[in-house]
Amino acid sequence: MRIRPLVLVGMLCSLLQTAHAEDPYITLSSTTSTQASGFFDYYLPLVKAATGIEVRVVAVGSGQALKLGEQGDADVLLVHDKPGELAFVAAGHGHDRREVMYNDFILVGPASDPAKVSRGKDVVQALKTIADNAAPFASRADDSGTHRTELRLWALAGVNAQAASGTWYKELGAGMGETLNTAAGLESYTLSDRATWLGFGNRGTLRVLLEGDPKLFNQYSLILVSKDRHPHVKAEAAQRFVDYMTSAAGQAAIAAFKLGGESPFKANYSASVTNGSD
Amino acid sequence: MDEFSAAASLAFTLLAKADPTLVDIVLRSLRVSLSALAIAGSIGLLLAALLTVTRFTGRTLLIIGINAAMGLPPVVVGLAVYLLLSRAGPLGDWGLLFSPTAMVIAQVVLLTPLICGLARQTLEDAWREYGELFASLGLNHFRALCTLLVETRYSLLTTLLAGFGRAISEVGAVLIVGGNIAHVTRVMTTTIAMETSRGNLALALALGFILILLALIINAGVFITREIAQRQGG
Repeated sequence: MRIRPLVLVGMLCSLLQTAHAEDPYITLSSTTSTQASGFFDYYLPLVKAATGIEVRVVAVGSGQALKLGEQGDADVLLVHDKPGELAFVAAGHGHDRREVMYNDFILVGPASDPAKVSRGKDVVQALKTIADNAAPFASRADDSGTHRTELRLWALAGVNAQAASGTWYKELGAGMGETLNTAAGLESYTLSDRATWLGFGNRGTLRVLLEGDPKLFNQYSLILVSKDRHPHVKAEAAQRFVDYMTSAAGQAAIAAFKLGGESPFKANYSASVTNGSD
Repeated sequence: MDEFSAAASLAFTLLAKADPTLVDIVLRSLRVSLSALAIAGSIGLLLAALLTVTRFTGRTLLIIGINAAMGLPPVVVGLAVYLLLSRAGPLGDWGLLFSPTAMVIAQVVLLTPLICGLARQTLEDAWREYGELFASLGLNHFRALCTLLVETRYSLLTTLLAGFGRAISEVGAVLIVGGNIAHVTRVMTTTIAMETSRGNLALALALGFILILLALIINAGVFITREIAQRQGG
């Protein structure tokens, strides 16, 4: 008993040391889709090899990812919610927003397709049909980029889906993977990003029923967290990470990532398309 | 039941080849939970001992508070620790968010009331039984307490095992304050949650089996040690 406090101090010290011994590292706040697809498992070792920087990823919904940046708990963000991103930059929380890669959203649902949405090519029309048929639809409802997109699409369809919450419209408050698990179990429709879908192993009867509508375009952007707001931000290392990801080599590496024979992300950085660089 | 047999054979394969990723997260789970247990155990037992031998105003309220806190919701504790350690929070300058230390802190908050509450009851029951004897022997409180701790050591050990069980199986708090960062704060439970979200249900369940196996081994180890000690102690 008498020796225990010393042991404790030793343990705490060793924990604190390991937390600091692995510098330089940066914290990247990103979306669940990039983690669930295994993209970071593939990409971060390449970043480390090219720049020497260890990138630590905290994967959350885009809404929470932006919040982490706002509070200074991340050095750089990789998110997919353009209105939210522009507001983030406009409020001075971050700068140098760069569009680096994209994929698309897909409407998935049971192979039986009770609302017959696979006949069309228009996602807004498909959502209207789902609502008209009161066919089960699982919503992320977690303020993620995918959820924000889904809400914009419901608005375009002129459907107040949330009014039907608890009936055919199910608000899960969950990540993409959890939502796909639930949708598979309930044989519901849901909106998914393609990357999570490609890496998802529990599809059950779920199939891709509608894709290719330009409204389903899904852009991912990098944003540096403001060092003016948060002096501890590792701006220099974060900048080097952003520079690599937007370099020819970094872009080629994104394009080379394959999952189930497909490319979950397509590189599209163009130096002319930046917003909020100050 | 296909998932269960697939998961069992996957668990066996992972163990048989000592999968480096698996070893990494198992060791981190143990390090975080044992660190939290050592700290929470020290604070909890000390507080329980003090509550047993002292009488002061508000003592009953404190005991009720501690007993209620035995059921603290991990996700709330995680959120509170997150807000404290966030750069925008009061302890933000420490830069501890998303580190193993943050996970230990959250688990200490969860474990201390549990250990203190259970240990206090054990000690108080024993105190009631032996209190007069100690007084008649003229032992002071400190000597009496030491004797009590020795006499009740096996019950207290079970209390510590309960604390360890809560720590190693907990996911709500460590996910929020740790962030499930690969090779840094990824532990057994956060990996299981992540693999479930990837729809890799067999792998998630296999990791669950390994976690249960780990708990079994530790409890068996403690049990055997206790048996041997009891026999030697006569």
